[in-house]
Amino acid sequence: MIKVNGKNVDWNEGMTIETVLEKCNYTYPSIVVSVNGTVIHKDKYSTTVINDGDDVKVIHMVAGG
Amino acid sequence: MAYNIEEMKNAHKLLTEMKYDVGSVDKGYTNRTLYINLSENKIESKPVTEEVKEKFIGGRGFGLYYLWNAVNENTKWNDPENEVIISSGPIGGITQYPGTGKSLVVSLSPLTGVPIDSNVGGYFGPYLKFSGWDALELQGKAEKDVIIYIDGDNGRISIEEAPLEETDSHLIAEHLTEMYSDSDYGKRNISVVSAGKGAENSHVGLLNFSFWDLKRKALRIKQAGRGGIGTVFRDKKVKAIVVKYSNTKGDSNKPADRNKVVELGIKLHKEIHDLDDKQNRMRKTGTAYLTEIMNDYDLLPTNNFKFGSHPDAHKISSKEFSKWFQLSGSDGCWFGCTLACCKVVPDFEVLTGPYKGQKVVVDGPEYETVAAVGSNCGIFDSQYVLESNFYCDTYGVDTISVGNITGFCMDCYEEGILDKEKTGGLELTFGNKDAALELLHQMARGEGFGKIAGLGVRKLKALFVKEYGADAEFLDDIGMENKGLEYSMYMPKESLAQQGGYALTNKGPQHDEAWLIFMDMVNNQIPTFEDKAEALFYFPIFRTWFGLVGLCKLPWNDVVPADNHTRENAQNVPEHQENYVQMFTAITGRKMENADLINQSAPVYHFQRVFNFRMGYGSRENDSAPTRSIGPATLEEYLSREERYDKQLKEIVGIDPTEMKAEDKFQAMRKFRRDQYNQLCDSVYARRGWTKNAVPTLETLKQWGIDFTEVVDVVKKHL
Repeated sequence: MIKVNGKNVDWNEGMTIETVLEKCNYTYPSIVVSVNGTVIHKDKYSTTVINDGDDVKVIHMVAGG
Repeated sequence: MAYNIEEMKNAHKLLTEMKYDVGSVDKGYTNRTLYINLSENKIESKPVTEEVKEKFIGGRGFGLYYLWNAVNENTKWNDPENEVIISSGPIGGITQYPGTGKSLVVSLSPLTGVPIDSNVGGYFGPYLKFSGWDALELQGKAEKDVIIYIDGDNGRISIEEAPLEETDSHLIAEHLTEMYSDSDYGKRNISVVSAGKGAENSHVGLLNFSFWDLKRKALRIKQAGRGGIGTVFRDKKVKAIVVKYSNTKGDSNKPADRNKVVELGIKLHKEIHDLDDKQNRMRKTGTAYLTEIMNDYDLLPTNNFKFGSHPDAHKISSKEFSKWFQLSGSDGCWFGCTLACCKVVPDFEVLTGPYKGQKVVVDGPEYETVAAVGSNCGIFDSQYVLESNFYCDTYGVDTISVGNITGFCMDCYEEGILDKEKTGGLELTFGNKDAALELLHQMARGEGFGKIAGLGVRKLKALFVKEYGADAEFLDDIGMENKGLEYSMYMPKESLAQQGGYALTNKGPQHDEAWLIFMDMVNNQIPTFEDKAEALFYFPIFRTWFGLVGLCKLPWNDVVPADNHTRENAQNVPEHQENYVQMFTAITGRKMENADLINQSAPVYHFQRVFNFRMGYGSRENDSAPTRSIGPATLEEYLSREERYDKQLKEIVGIDPTEMKAEDKFQAMRKFRRDQYNQLCDSVYARRGWTKNAVPTLETLKQWGIDFTEVVDVVKKHL
């Protein structure tokens, strides 16, 4: 199990940031992703592996509407 | 049809005029307001005191202040003493920084009975200021239809009977622009405020503010959409207000420190240039980009807010509308706005109604229009959305309210509360675009079922109960209105903070006060009641500030600096807030700190809540939220998200749903959500310094310096 924005999400082997975003349907373009407190650049989403127990934050930079 | 502008002008009858010295702006202010009384044919100049500037700043603040002094606690929206007040604010009208063309319009709303403040882009506010006026107050009622002409070039204001002009905005605004301009190029110096026949025949009328698009040689219009101000305008028998000002310059707002204004502007222009394409693509798609985002996050109002997404949503995505848009490279609604979020569809062939077969310019659609007349009515057709957009604009009716009302009627039709006999033959099922358009035309004509639909969801609920024996509780559950104003187009069901962001407002459920859905539901950044209460203290008050000074919110957060995410309180976009603080000082010469974004706004915000009490509608019961806005209102909605709700019952409520019947699970969730909302109200009121009944305390009035005798007198009655 991993945490995504404080909520439990099922983990599976081989998960990357990219697959987490797909799983959560996070399609908003302006996001900041951190894993266990470390911000990860967009270029590395497909290669950054997510491990069981990781704490992922996907902060959507939108406060408008 | 050919129109004879000369004939229209010759038919004008001058009722009164005032000549005046246009003077000059001084650090963002002219220090006088224009008062027009249509019952008495009076035109007056009133000074603006330093105290009023200090306490109320401008824009919405001025509007509320002047309206308070104009009405009494018994005034109804259609009484002559109700006013329409238009004001921009000290920053409004500069040309160096994106988003500075905004005006705020304030009046007592036909829908709510309390003040509505509605913001609008475009040229009118700045031109009004440069013509010599910090605000325009319109009171009384004319005997016959009039236009008001403010000639800022020659220092003359007139009230003229205008019998021949059409009222629909795409016509009257173009005709008056032609009538009063000196040349084709000079059309750019004219702005017209108008509202069409829909505003006369419904309670959801809006005001259109026009400007001339030189590149396209076409009229463009922006809207002060919410709350029925256009209805008040037409009830006063005003066909249009025209302002003409030909001498706009880069320093027309006469800032204290022009170099600083230029420096801040260049910084934001560069940010937009470098980052907009990677962020929200406002320049290419405008706010329509939100449609697909909201759909992906289950936030797109669908079928009267029952659901948050639909498989056909791609048919009304920004990709679809981009096929219609003509981008000209300079589509902003005031000089210097490089965010340029307005989008234009030129040469749109109208398919229905009185302008069928004509080619028109459609301004939009904005996201709100797409969701309101589109997904909220179960209609996924871009051409229909544009047709509806055009007619709502020219008829002068609010697309948000129209879409909400239509969706509500469709829901009632599908529930069997309405039928063809009651709707006069309109088969108002979700997805029926022909029926939706015919309803709009009827609303505008004031005929048939459309006539009563145009009264708004609150009055429709009462009517359906009285005339058709509908279940009042059920209609309260599904009727998406609060305080009488229809909800704007974000599904708040799964965000407790946004539920408060809508229903704990002063004006009614317009997201202009707070838009917390992502912070709350997606980012989970405000998990506790205290966190939500803090957000519902901070954001409504901070966002008030834009409407005090004449600024658009979109350049605040629809584009953000590349390093914004590294800043503390990134959701506030701190660098842009720093820009605003420096900008205010650079314009007015008044020192401002970041805390003043709250200190300047809080007095106006609390004053507005007291004003609501004065009009009889300020208390907690007026902040109640329809069940559909806070959770599933029907078993169907529960089952559409059964997995999510079952999980919430188990993990949050502490009830194991495994053996429970569906109806019992639904009722348990419903009760839980209602309890949560009530708890939120308690937390928010406490944070705002209000009682449990939403009354600002005497300490709060004193804290924000609004403990004026009249304000205290109102509050004391409710403590």
